[in-house]
Amino acid sequence: MDAFAALATGLTVALQPINLLYALIGVLLGTAVGVLPGIGPALTVALLLPITFKLDPAGSLIMFAGIYYGGMYGGSTTAILINTPGESASLATALEGNKMAKAGRGGPALATAAIGSFVAGTLATIGIVFLAPWLVEVAVSFGPEDYFALMCVAFITVSATFGSSPIRGLTALFIGLTLGIVGIDRLTGQARLSFSVPELLDGVEITTLAVGLFAVGEALYVASRRHKHAETLEPVRGSLWMTKEDWKRSWKPWLRGTMFGFPIGALPAGGAEIPTFLSYSTERKLTKHPEEFGHGAIEGVAGPEAANNASAAGTLVPLLTLGLPTSATAAMMLAGFQQYGLNPGPLLFAERPDLVWGLIASLFIANVMLLVLNLPLVGLWVRLLAIPQPWLYAGILVFATMGTIAAKPSVVELTMLVAFGIMGYVMRRFDYPIAPVVVGLILGPIAEAQLRRALQISLGDPMVLLQSPMSATLLAISAVALIAPFVMKGLGKLNNSDD
Amino acid sequence: MDGSRQVDRAGMALAALLLVIAAVIFWDTSNLQLAATYGVGPKAMPIVVASGLALLAVGNAVLAWRGDFPAREDTDPKAILLILGGLAALIAIIGLGGGFIPATAILFAATATAFGRRAILTDLAIGLVLAVAVYLMFAKILTLSLPMGPIERLL
Repeated sequence: MDAFAALATGLTVALQPINLLYALIGVLLGTAVGVLPGIGPALTVALLLPITFKLDPAGSLIMFAGIYYGGMYGGSTTAILINTPGESASLATALEGNKMAKAGRGGPALATAAIGSFVAGTLATIGIVFLAPWLVEVAVSFGPEDYFALMCVAFITVSATFGSSPIRGLTALFIGLTLGIVGIDRLTGQARLSFSVPELLDGVEITTLAVGLFAVGEALYVASRRHKHAETLEPVRGSLWMTKEDWKRSWKPWLRGTMFGFPIGALPAGGAEIPTFLSYSTERKLTKHPEEFGHGAIEGVAGPEAANNASAAGTLVPLLTLGLPTSATAAMMLAGFQQYGLNPGPLLFAERPDLVWGLIASLFIANVMLLVLNLPLVGLWVRLLAIPQPWLYAGILVFATMGTIAAKPSVVELTMLVAFGIMGYVMRRFDYPIAPVVVGLILGPIAEAQLRRALQISLGDPMVLLQSPMSATLLAISAVALIAPFVMKGLGKLNNSDD
Repeated sequence: MDGSRQVDRAGMALAALLLVIAAVIFWDTSNLQLAATYGVGPKAMPIVVASGLALLAVGNAVLAWRGDFPAREDTDPKAILLILGGLAALIAIIGLGGGFIPATAILFAATATAFGRRAILTDLAIGLVLAVAVYLMFAKILTLSLPMGPIERLL
């Protein structure tokens, strides 16, 4: 098998002692930062980017793999113990997990989340090993018009289709696209939206945007409504271990969650929270203990948590094979590649198989490390959770500004960070989704370049977009995905028109 | 939500802001030269994005007009101003060459105060210790370049 040979190459890279050390540091840091309330996986990756600035690409990407999985795991710990999920994909875990913790079963809840994450992460990474080479072969035949159409699908599904309001989602996306225009046009060298500010010629730094939106924006938002919501940390009482009954009730939800999570995550479309809620409602229907749902049913933690992790791993498939990030976290991973001038895609598989397969192999290793380390270290994570809120957010802002100034030592960059923070605050206050902004900034310029390349090849004939069957199909899909939420809303209005 | 079908002024303001951004993009685009290439030049994308923003401004205005904006809780403007003040102080100190450590300590204390702490000297001290630790870790061990000031040159 081709995939196995490639994976073996990757393992020889990932198993070098120094790279094992990087993976370990990544896993520990990722979990430690991801555990902090209010920090989701995307911000975890963004805040930890500066640590990898001076590493070689392989070591850096391997550390990223650890940070990515560690951040996911840390997020579920927070969701279970204080019911403040850092991102919508952990919402379902918080539903039952926090109830379990309140009932004194926090230990088994954390255990089923950890083991479920391991099972799902391992199965999904095997999925990557088989799916990625195949997708790369398909992607090689993609023309620029096909890439452009694919990105249209991602734009629409990330912003309009799965959110609560398509108008708000599209607004967020277009703000991201606007930020993507800033800087020197790569094809003609002309400055756009730079207003003669030299720092703007390089464009908007993706990490500055993400850290501003997620860290500064979140700090402003939480501070502004602090008087309203007190968080309560549930102590972990009793045994950490799952009983035989817990195991019996958990293993099927783990597998079912993986079945939901991986395929949906691997689609080049948004919607990370969908598999978790699908898994939650499925477990609710299939359980033998329906009376426990809503009061802390272990199936309701095991399934969604597995789905969440499997979908996070699945997201890496379009990211690695097509260069297409479909979540804010994946966008941050892409930024991690770009700081070395690497562009994920079929070409990277051919040119730097050691990097790509080293990354995939270290996903397995990170998973094992998380399983071995995290349950014994749960006491440490709980202590991190107990950091008083004023110091926690003060520390977050210190690291946010430090990372920004370390990446680009300029006052303009810090000012942009603050501006994006205010933007993030306003967006939170008015309930605009944040992820489409990040995806718009990173994908907008790529989509534009692909479109212009396609039209150059066709000598300006726009029909090229419809002549390629792949591109025509994808554009049709994005048109449907754009119109569907409006139609559904209209139908819903008709049905409720009597009130 | 009491008889919520009122015009949402803040929502209207946001819609207006989107329209302004769209106008700025159009204006900026008009300053570009057309390059003689096949297909679309550097103007196409800004025009598409600006048109989209203008459309979305209308969409948001309709939402605001119908009172369909999400309900909001009242906020604590003092906390927001404190954090923004801390960030402004950080930018000013770094811009004037005061260095990373004092700037970071002040940001730390301002944020902690915004979150309800009333021990500014203690927080300044904690911020200072944290800033020194971060500086040693990132500037010395990881060799990142952080802004230098009088204190940093001593370390």
